[in-house]
Amino acid sequence: MSVRVLRPGLLTTVQDHGRHGFQRVGLCPGGAMDPVALALANALVGNPPGDAALEITVIGPDLMFEEDTLVAVCGAEFLGSFPHNRPVLVPAGSRFSVGRAIRGARAYLAVAGGFAVDPVLGSRSTYLPGHFGGFAGRALKHGDALPLRDGAASERFSRLKGTKERTVRWSAPPLTLPDREPILVHVIEGQHHASFDSSSQRAFVDTVWRVAPESNRMGFRLSGPPLGRPQGDEILSGPTCLGSVQVPPSGVPIALMADHQTTGGYPRIAEIASADVARLAQLAPGGKVHFARCSLEIAAELRKHARERLDSALRGIAWEYGRK
Amino acid sequence: MAQPRPLGVIPLGDSAAYVEFSSTLDLEVNSVVQRLALAILKRKVPWIRDVVPALGGVALHFDPDHAEFPGKPLDEALALVNDSLKQGLDTRNDPGREVELPVCYEREFALDLGEVAKKANLPPEEIASRHAAAEYRVLMMGFAPGHAYMGGLDAKLAVPRRASPRAVVPAGSVAIANEQTVVYPYAISGGWNVIGRTPMVLFDAARARPSLLWPGDRVRFRAISKAQFVELAANQ
Repeated sequence: MSVRVLRPGLLTTVQDHGRHGFQRVGLCPGGAMDPVALALANALVGNPPGDAALEITVIGPDLMFEEDTLVAVCGAEFLGSFPHNRPVLVPAGSRFSVGRAIRGARAYLAVAGGFAVDPVLGSRSTYLPGHFGGFAGRALKHGDALPLRDGAASERFSRLKGTKERTVRWSAPPLTLPDREPILVHVIEGQHHASFDSSSQRAFVDTVWRVAPESNRMGFRLSGPPLGRPQGDEILSGPTCLGSVQVPPSGVPIALMADHQTTGGYPRIAEIASADVARLAQLAPGGKVHFARCSLEIAAELRKHARERLDSALRGIAWEYGRK
Repeated sequence: MAQPRPLGVIPLGDSAAYVEFSSTLDLEVNSVVQRLALAILKRKVPWIRDVVPALGGVALHFDPDHAEFPGKPLDEALALVNDSLKQGLDTRNDPGREVELPVCYEREFALDLGEVAKKANLPPEEIASRHAAAEYRVLMMGFAPGHAYMGGLDAKLAVPRRASPRAVVPAGSVAIANEQTVVYPYAISGGWNVIGRTPMVLFDAARARPSLLWPGDRVRFRAISKAQFVELAANQ
């Protein structure tokens, strides 16, 4: 079984829960930029939450499935004739077209059974800078045929096969999509926050930042006023993390995203609360974000709440499927 | 030397913490950091996913969704570090392995050798011989998978980074800046002064040990000819 790529879209890659345990040799965990949307898409087709799916970015692909295939698309809203946030049984040989994003930037297309690509260092995620993982270590191209595991045996597949609409009348909640911009993202102070001048510290939280066009899976560059430090003395290179906000000498802050470098020599003004990283990942270039400071305790609370919202959505999906 | 103590624990957001020992580069502190990182890894703490030795401390990356993730992870992280220090780090056995990297210092690969020679006020041949004469230590990895920051560079070779970084440095390029040396694992942009190239593959995700270099390794460079380079590269 496979799915054929008729048009690849802007940047369509295979991504899963990420590759952990290799940061000490400089390899970041990577994985889905919005792991919440990934988990929802997987749950809708009956896969484990961190299973590999297609991460679709800003402009979607056109695909053709060889066999009847149960799919679900969660995350950003794209133009297209398929329902979002619902399982849908795509007929063999039909064209499955994903247009451009109209809300959010990234969607996840999961298929029942999953994509049959080999894990590399414990993950099926595509790591673009290193050219490995996912499908041939790269973004999808015209003509690719991605192997699928057979999902037709699943109970969910047969449930939908028996319906006329080939989908369901309920949907999963879009947990990470912003209703309006600027989105609010919580940060705690970074290690070098105090070394920035007070006007830069204020500007960081007062500014509505825009995601610059030269942003990617490694980091989001933020357009706004340049941030400065009075003594431009170099800092000792140190560790970084998903959501670290670094400020290079240009003064343009960079929020580190999934494929970030694991250490860095630029001062870090802030660290984004992990609960808010997935929502930030849903901003396309030009998208607006506003930072609010919080304590480490509040960041941990936010994470707990985000986790509970996801868990209850996953329980909701299981409950809907469980109804006769 | 008295055993160094942590200066403090700095949250890297709510999912990681950096236990800092020094805010400047101190090779003795770094050697303790390397042993400490291994000691913590050996404990296999279920809610810690990554232990990263850095130049002046060790970073612990958490799995906040793990059932055993503690309510006060910073306190736990610091306790883990202090406990490991108290139990005594293994000082008899060097945690790092010895790695020898063949390097061709010929002009074709040594893109910045002339510039470095001028800045260091040494003949170009001496840059290569001094670089190959020293023993280095992997102090930290980062920037790219398999990319090691190595300390131990001859002080006479300590020149600043290039004024403007190269858009693409060829894979295997051996470069120096300030008091460190690096090897670029694949073609990538970079600002260090390139003085040679190794035919070895620094990082290959398909290998059981994907990285050729690991934190704490002791590294020597062996000068090879262009012909040897070509032969070794063909056998990779």
